[in-house]
Amino acid sequence: MTRWRDGLAQIRRYPSAVVGLLIIALLLATAIYAVTAIPYSEAQKLWRGGDAWQELPVNASPVWTDRIRGGEAPRTITASSDEVAVEREDLGAARLETTTLEVDFPYGDFPSEINLFLEAEFEQRQPFTRVHWRRPDGQEIPIEARRVGERDRFSISQDRQLESRLGFAPQIGLLTDAEPGTAEPDVLQGTYQLVIETVHFEEDARLHADLVVYGQVHGAFGTDHQRRDLAVALLWGTPVALAFGLLAAVGTTVTTLIIAATGVWYGGWVDAVIQRLTEVNIILPLLPILVMIGTLYSTSIWLMLGVVVVLGIFSAGIKMYRSMLLPIRQAPYIEAARAYGASGGRIILRYMVPRILPVLIPTFVTLIPTYVFLEASLAVLGLGDPVLPTWGKVLHDAQAQSALYHGFYYWVVSPAALLMLTGLGFAMLGFALDRIFNPRLRSL
Amino acid sequence: MSAPAATAASAPGSDSALLEVDGLYTHFELRQWGFLRTGTVRAVDGVSFTLDAGEATAVVGESGCGKSSLARTLLGLHRPTAGSLHFAGSELSSLGRADLKAYRAQVGYVQQDPYGALPPFMEVRRILAEPLIVHGIRRRAERWQRIQAALEEVGLAPATEIAGKFPHQLSGGQQQRVVIARALLLRPAMLIADEPVSMLDASVRVEILTLLHRVQQEHRLALLYITHDLSTVRHYVDRAMVMYGGRVVEQAPVDALLRHPQHPYTEALLSALGDPDAANAGRPRPVPGGEAPSLIHPPSGCRYHPRCPHAMAGRCELEPPPPDFRPRPEHRVACWLRE
Ligand SMILES: Nc1ncnc2c1ncn2[C@@H]1O[C@H](COP(=O)(O)OP(=O)(O)OP(=O)(O)O)[C@@H](O)[C@H]1O
Ligand SMILES: [Mg+2]
Repeated sequence: MTRWRDGLAQIRRYPSAVVGLLIIALLLATAIYAVTAIPYSEAQKLWRGGDAWQELPVNASPVWTDRIRGGEAPRTITASSDEVAVEREDLGAARLETTTLEVDFPYGDFPSEINLFLEAEFEQRQPFTRVHWRRPDGQEIPIEARRVGERDRFSISQDRQLESRLGFAPQIGLLTDAEPGTAEPDVLQGTYQLVIETVHFEEDARLHADLVVYGQVHGAFGTDHQRRDLAVALLWGTPVALAFGLLAAVGTTVTTLIIAATGVWYGGWVDAVIQRLTEVNIILPLLPILVMIGTLYSTSIWLMLGVVVVLGIFSAGIKMYRSMLLPIRQAPYIEAARAYGASGGRIILRYMVPRILPVLIPTFVTLIPTYVFLEASLAVLGLGDPVLPTWGKVLHDAQAQSALYHGFYYWVVSPAALLMLTGLGFAMLGFALDRIFNPRLRSL
Repeated sequence: MSAPAATAASAPGSDSALLEVDGLYTHFELRQWGFLRTGTVRAVDGVSFTLDAGEATAVVGESGCGKSSLARTLLGLHRPTAGSLHFAGSELSSLGRADLKAYRAQVGYVQQDPYGALPPFMEVRRILAEPLIVHGIRRRAERWQRIQAALEEVGLAPATEIAGKFPHQLSGGQQQRVVIARALLLRPAMLIADEPVSMLDASVRVEILTLLHRVQQEHRLALLYITHDLSTVRHYVDRAMVMYGGRVVEQAPVDALLRHPQHPYTEALLSALGDPDAANAGRPRPVPGGEAPSLIHPPSGCRYHPRCPHAMAGRCELEPPPPDFRPRPEHRVACWLRE
């Protein structure tokens, strides 16, 4: 249809529409990347948290924040017993194995945490392990000595005893040669060694060790209080937000339009019932109803979508569409269609609705982000989908963990920026479309 | 597919009359707030006539006399308040859904405003495909073949080029040709043309009327040509009816009507027209002096009596004249003067 073709050709002449389209294309690309790179079930599982994230630091800022500050902050360093040789010594009834894990630490600041993850293989008798820390200056610091379970860990930075011996928190004391009590100790840069001496009491017993020296920054978006990489939520939040916004906008617009057209076409009591329902529905507040359903029943995003669409059907839009459709109903071409036998349904869908679609498209485009924001608001209120990662839930977590108070700005800034970008993209496109399809506005 | 023509020709239970209208009333209730009755518009108020297959009849009358209401009632767009409508022998109000749809295929409709009659957001191809789709012609090739034939028949060539255009890309005359093509697509037996040229440029009026006349002749269509302009009827129709205030006041073969008008209203229309063969025929003419009658509160007795120079006091304002005085063999007149 030329009207559409002309309209689309005109888009190029509106810079705001082009920018809006680019933003939307970017979001779409992100969404497609997210769902292909991380399948739905995988995303749900990841967002539940747990062991998958144990090698990531807690509340780490994005790497770029460190670049801005000068690049001093440590990254996370891991060392695994798989990568080094094991020295064995036979003690008769038992066997001593010594593993030395090396960590090169060139950073200007201390790590946020140090953990040693151990996995022991044995039948009856647990191996006994003793761990030393060897600094680049040769100083040896004993850390811990005890039996090791099948899946075990030495939480070195949580070790209270070690802390009192060192006079610093372990992750600081182990990496400085400063006197205990120094206010601002300096990092001793160089190669550190963690010596793991294990006594095995069984022939086939083995010990596997992973040392993790946690950095202060991680990835492009940082991590949250559960060590989860925010990239997962921000990436996956994109398809969720777009799908919710789009489905809600389509659902409400299409049904509203069809109902308005039905009322106008059949008139009489049908129209009267639709009008009254609309008037009642308009004064029903959407957000409190959603909050109520979320609190009492379920916070599933699909349920919320359903409720939004159902409550959106008899919305104020009906009044607007009705006023646009009433004159169309009188159009001679509709009378002609009746005269050649077109059914009511056909007239509504093929003759009345298409006539106001061009007027509708801009409204529709600007409606999408309002539903994205609605979903985010629900999540911020704690009524986000229980399993899916969304932008709103990131904001909710940030708020619950007082992110701004603790200075974790990145936690709030990235989801907020994405939300604003979405709003901006659709709004810019929508306003341009409005001018294209409703030429009366063009002079404004 | 010659089904419609065949049905029309072999109309059972009638001697060649395709359409029989008997005592037809179409009243509109005026309501306030959806239920309070505030008045009744007696748009069609007791109309009877017959239309034979292949016969062209003009309906003439001034604006607001109920011509379009009559047309819409015949098209099944308004439910008649009373009276009967027989088409090819069957009563319209007794038709079921499917039969009503079949009836609609048999009656083509040409409206006054060609631009308004075409959905502005559809290409001509689509506009013409619609009636065919509605009537279950699924094969695209068949539809296109019929569309092409129809476009060529109404003089729109090349069909492929016209089919790709939107109504606003066509001239008024071309638009009206598309409307006529659409009316012909379903191979109707009857055409109702409601002031088909009154909104067109004077220069194309004759072309369109000639086209209507030609297709009417070629397809042996019954034609109801509605107009307020008596000057356009002479060459195109066989018979003419004059409507006044929702009623038919005179009907006769067109030559007889123009040459020997029997009703004072017809006379007034003709004298306002001057010479019907004048070169500038087609220009809007002044209607007879006085005001058009109200259809909500029509004058008592003969509806024309307040404007009639020959009104007989004590007669015309009291009793409505029956519609079928026959002062001449071909004429039927509703006027006490011709009793
Ligand atoms: N749907 C309707 N509801 C109420 N009144 C109507 C309706 N349709 C027509 N009327 C009224 O019926 C009367 C006759 O209208 P109609 O359109 O039939 O006249 P017309 O002879 O076609 O006039 P014109 O030459 O102006 O087209 C008018 O007074 C009009 O206002
Ligand atoms: Mg009319």
